[in-house]
Amino acid sequence: MEILRYEGAGKRYGSTWALRDFTLGVEEGTITALIGPSGSGKTTALRMANRMAEPDEGVIRYDGRALRSYRPEILRRSMGYVIQSVGLFPHWTVLQNVCAVPRLLGRRAREAEARADELLSLVGLEPALYRGRRPSELSGGEAQRVGVARALAADPPLLLMDEPFGAVDPLQRAKLQASFLDIQKRLKKTVLLVTHDLDEAVRLADRVVLMRGGVVVQEDTPARLLAEPSGDFARDFVGEERSLKRLARVAASSCARPPATALAGSDAPEADGSCDGPSLYWVIDGRGRPVGLVRPGGRAKPGEKAPPVLPLGATLKEVLALMLEDGPELVGLVDDEGAIRGELGLVDIARASSQAVVTGESR
Amino acid sequence: MKFRTVVGGGCALAALAAVSSERFMGWALGSAFGPGALYPLSSPAELLAQHLSLALGASLAAASVGFVLGIIASMAGDEAKRLVMAAGALAQTVPPVAVLALAVPVLGFGSRPVFVALALYGILPVLHGTATGLNSVPSASIDAAVGMGMGRSFRFLRIELPLGLPAIVAGLRSSVVINVGTAAIGAAMGAGGLGRPIMAGLVQFKTSYVAQGAVAAMVLALSLDWALARIERAVTRA
Repeated sequence: MEILRYEGAGKRYGSTWALRDFTLGVEEGTITALIGPSGSGKTTALRMANRMAEPDEGVIRYDGRALRSYRPEILRRSMGYVIQSVGLFPHWTVLQNVCAVPRLLGRRAREAEARADELLSLVGLEPALYRGRRPSELSGGEAQRVGVARALAADPPLLLMDEPFGAVDPLQRAKLQASFLDIQKRLKKTVLLVTHDLDEAVRLADRVVLMRGGVVVQEDTPARLLAEPSGDFARDFVGEERSLKRLARVAASSCARPPATALAGSDAPEADGSCDGPSLYWVIDGRGRPVGLVRPGGRAKPGEKAPPVLPLGATLKEVLALMLEDGPELVGLVDDEGAIRGELGLVDIARASSQAVVTGESR
Repeated sequence: MKFRTVVGGGCALAALAAVSSERFMGWALGSAFGPGALYPLSSPAELLAQHLSLALGASLAAASVGFVLGIIASMAGDEAKRLVMAAGALAQTVPPVAVLALAVPVLGFGSRPVFVALALYGILPVLHGTATGLNSVPSASIDAAVGMGMGRSFRFLRIELPLGLPAIVAGLRSSVVINVGTAAIGAAMGAGGLGRPIMAGLVQFKTSYVAQGAVAAMVLALSLDWALARIERAVTRA
C-alpha cells in the first residue's frame, strides 16, 4: 500500500521551478531514495511531505488523505524527521532530546523515557552511559544516532531523512548505514530519504528516484538504475564504475561456495590432479573457526596472521575491497560464533557481477 | 560552586549593609577624615535606597522594552535585523552622561528625566542581547523543532528563549551596571541617590562626602554585577 503519494506536485521560487510535475508513490515498509545533484529538487520534494514546503501545484496524499487537510504540527508529529546537521537541542540532555516528540504528543514522562532507553540501545548507544549527556559531549556519529533515535521515538510510520549520514566521515557513515538497515529490517518503517551519494542510495534503498533540475530523470530499483541508466545524465551520474557500485547490493553469502576445511593438527588432503579441486584449505579449530590457510597436502597449523574473513552479512563490495587491500586469494565468511560458513574467490565475484547485470537483481 | 555562591553573596550583602549603616559609615569616615565627615542631609541607607530604586527601576523598564523589541528584531527580516544591530552598536558608543545631559533640556530637572534617560539608554544592551541571543540559536535546532511538530510558542519558550537566555542576561547585566554608575550623575539633575553626597562634596571641597557616595556606588555596582554574573552562568549551564 502507498502511504505517501505525490501527484504532479510542483514548487516555484520566484519564476524558477524547484520541482515540477513530481509524481511518486512511496510503498509502506520500503526505503525510497531521492537522489540528484544540488538544485535537483530532492529536498523540496522531501520537505513537502511534512508541509515544511507547500506545493504550488499538484496534490500530496498521506495515508490516503490530502496533506492539506492535516494540521502541520499534528502531521509532523506522525513523521520522524532526520536532517544532516542533526539539530539536537543543545540545552537538553540526550534523553530529553529523544523524548521530545512523545512529550509533544502528551505521553507520560516515564513511558517516554522507557521508550527512549529502548531506542538508544537500538541505535547502539548504551542508555545508562548516554541518556544524561549533552549534545556537545557527543561525537558526530553518536549525535546522528541520537537523531535517528529521536525521529523514531513516537513510533512514526514514516521517516523523512535529509542527507542523514552526510556529515560524518566515510567509516562512520558505513557503520551508520549498516545499523540503519538493521533497524529498518526490524521496525519496517517507511523511509523517504534524500541523498547526493549514489553509494548510499544503492546500499539503502529499495527504489531510487534520480532527479535533475526539479524533474525526475529515472525511477527504478537500484540494480536497474545501475544496469540500465536511461539517458546521458543518468549514465553520467551513475558513472563509470557502476558495476563496482552494484556489488554493494549483492550479499556475499549468496554467491559463496562451501568452504574446504582441514582441522588444525591434521594434514590437508593432497591435490587430486583435477583442476577444480580446492587450491587452499581453511585451517579450523575444534569449533569450526578459521585460524589459518594451508595448501593441499600441507600440515594444517594456525597461521601467523588472522585469516581473511568477513561476517556473513558482508556485501561483495566489501569482499572485493578486502581482496584488493590485503591480497588474499580467498575470503571466508564467518557466522556470529566465528565459525566458517562459506568462501569466495575473485572468480565468484566476477560471476555474480555478470549475473546481476542479466537479472537486474534486487536485495 | 555552591560554596563560592554563598561566600560571594555573603560578602556582597555584608558590604551593602556596611555602606548603608549610618553608624558604620560615620565611624569609618570619621576615623579617616575627622569629625563631621558623614553627609548630613540624608542617611546612607536612604541614599542607597534612592539610588537602587532609580537604577533598578530604570533597568527594569529598559529590560521589558528592550526584550520585546529584541524579539521583534530577531523575527524581522535579515535587513531589519542588521539595521537594529547597527543602531544598537552605534547608540552604545554615545556615553551615558551625554544622554543625561541631553535629557535635561527636554525633560527638565528632577528624578523623572533621569529615570527616562537611564531607561532609554538601558534599552540598548538588552535589545542587542535579546536579538543576538535569539539569533544565535542553531538553525538546525529550529529546523528540527519545526520538523518534529513543535508549535510556534512552544518553540519560542522551550528552545529559542532558553538558548538565547545567556546573551539576554548579559545584556541585562551591562544595562544595570551602566545605570548604577550613571545614576550617580543624575544627582546633578536633582534625582537624589548616591550622587548627592558626591556633588555636595565636590562643591564644598569635602572629600569625605565624595568618598561616601563613591564607595557606596561602587559596592552597589559590584554586588549587582556579581549577582547577575551568577545568574548568567547559571542559565548558560542549564
